[in-house]
Amino acid sequence: MYRYDEFDRTFVEERVEQFREQVARRLSGEIGEDEFRPLRLMNGLYLQLHAYMLRVAVPYGTLSSQQMRKLAHIARRYDQGYGHFTTRQNIQYNWVKLKEAPDILADLAEVEMHAIQTSGNCIRNVTADHFAGAAADEIEDPRIAAEVVRQWSSLHPEFSFLPRKFKVAVTGAPNDRAAVKVHDIGLQIVRDARGRTGFKVIVGGGLGRTPIIGATIREFLPKRHLLSYLEAILRVYNELGRRDNIYKARIKILVKDLGAEAFARKVEEEWSSLKDQAVDLPDGELRRIESYFAPPAFENLPAVTSGFEAKRFEDRDFARWAQRNVDAHRAPGYAIVTVSLKPEGGVPGDATAEQMEAVADLAAHYSFDEIRVSHEQNLVLPHVRQSDLYAVWQGLVAADLATANVGLISDIIACPGLDYCNLANTRSIPIAQRIGRRFAEIERQHDIGGLKLKISGCINACGHHHIGHIGLLGVDKKGEEFYQITLGGSADENAALGRILGPAFSAETVVDAVETIVDTYVDQRRAAEGFNDTLARIGLDPFKEKLYAPH
Amino acid sequence: MATQIVTANRLGDGLVIYLAQGGAWTDRVEDAEIARDEGDATALLARAEAPDQATRVVGPYLMAVIDEAGVPRPASNREIIRALGPSVRTDLGRQALTRASEG
Ligand code: SF4
Repeated sequence: MYRYDEFDRTFVEERVEQFREQVARRLSGEIGEDEFRPLRLMNGLYLQLHAYMLRVAVPYGTLSSQQMRKLAHIARRYDQGYGHFTTRQNIQYNWVKLKEAPDILADLAEVEMHAIQTSGNCIRNVTADHFAGAAADEIEDPRIAAEVVRQWSSLHPEFSFLPRKFKVAVTGAPNDRAAVKVHDIGLQIVRDARGRTGFKVIVGGGLGRTPIIGATIREFLPKRHLLSYLEAILRVYNELGRRDNIYKARIKILVKDLGAEAFARKVEEEWSSLKDQAVDLPDGELRRIESYFAPPAFENLPAVTSGFEAKRFEDRDFARWAQRNVDAHRAPGYAIVTVSLKPEGGVPGDATAEQMEAVADLAAHYSFDEIRVSHEQNLVLPHVRQSDLYAVWQGLVAADLATANVGLISDIIACPGLDYCNLANTRSIPIAQRIGRRFAEIERQHDIGGLKLKISGCINACGHHHIGHIGLLGVDKKGEEFYQITLGGSADENAALGRILGPAFSAETVVDAVETIVDTYVDQRRAAEGFNDTLARIGLDPFKEKLYAPH
Repeated sequence: MATQIVTANRLGDGLVIYLAQGGAWTDRVEDAEIARDEGDATALLARAEAPDQATRVVGPYLMAVIDEAGVPRPASNREIIRALGPSVRTDLGRQALTRASEG
């Protein structure tokens, strides 16, 4: 019964042609903007400050070289030569022309991509751990579940009209790199006492105006029941979620109002009548989807490659990069490379067409043709032989993509803010750039160590500021840009929301304030203590004293 | 009442435009027609919202400007950025044209 491949292809092609007609009717005046707006949004086309913006879905952040080349082509042919990778593992083009939008969608369809489910009150593009299929700590590849959810949600018309947008994230590892606790539904692959794999189900997390850490409503859901359980959750939400107030319509408000336990009981009740109906995927279908994500043909290699170690000795810059931008792989002799899209003073997440092509070439040569987009607005080459790391690094240096700052203070998540976004209160990017320049000295960044700084230009929190160790939220005060600082947030398995430090800082003073916070942390930390551990030990007061003391 | 002009995005490419004297649309904020009282503003917006404008513009609205001897200058950060282009990409948007012609 499930024939998604054919279904997807036909569906996407039909949608492109349908949209082409709709655009023609809009341009000719046959339909007005009120009628057209929902149609263009269904196809990922927004109107931003300066132009139309097209948001293209990158399901669970996975791209092939061919797809990346197509994204580069689109940037060059239809846009201004660059694209912006977002915190939802999507790519956005900022300068799209309405009449060309259908051509872009047709180009995307050639490489099985589209912009569907990137807008509106539907189940949005499902996100996953960007190290999926590669991470040393992974129990199982989360993209299988993400794909199952993607197929199921795009098939279900009733889930296109939810009370609000709905975001699902999946991780297959205990170290959560997919921020599953701040999604409407977060799924974490776990093992039960008998060694079987299933899902821990977390519901009702989210950021925005009312940030909430999700609640676990089931410790272990057998894998084959994923869809019936999700359907039960969505039915409860569809039935009880508030449609009368946009600010109260997310599932997190429902879970909070009912209480997680009561919500879980309702879901279980609903599920008991669903689980034995034909809602779940037949085993054969699940195996078919699993086969898409079969690991590539890794060679049998020794766990440590001497050439790689030698190069680290010889070349300090390479060593520094390898220390921050390379992670452990599940296959011996391989490594995961994170390509930083945060050069000093650059725009976080932006990549030029040439850079996209450089990454596509490196992936084709050295990473089994695979690329990932991370929600931290970087790219990933997931399967690189350790012996190729030096060559990959050189390729990245040539493309200006080798900043050795992954996880450091200049690896900032920043939303587009008032430079592009129609909803913004303040700019985000210039603050990120100034912080990047202030901490430009890479040795200093390495001395400071891992530190997550996140910036949003309004309360919608696309820049995830609540869950940064240091979070900045832009607020408009009588026409001036100010930034409220929160400390102690975290996006990982210890997810936490930052606490507000005190009165907001002006655009002029906020970079000094960040530096004071960092200096205070470095001063107060014990040995290799991380930022949040130091904060938990000493509290907010030492930071406040430094920041707000009369000079 | 603040001095106001009407702005919108051009239908075909979304670029920022302003309603100018005589009913044409312009991408130069300096050329926008200024409404100095509520009645003028309402009339200006009504012109922008007329059915025949629907194939040219999207979402017209009134925005406050500073009247510098008859030349309107955007007042808010948002409108300054709309008028110029992204502050982080001065090679793009209307500011790029100005730079090119000056340079
Ligand atoms: S957080 Fe606000 S300003 Fe930033 S991209 Fe989202 S909606 Fe726009």
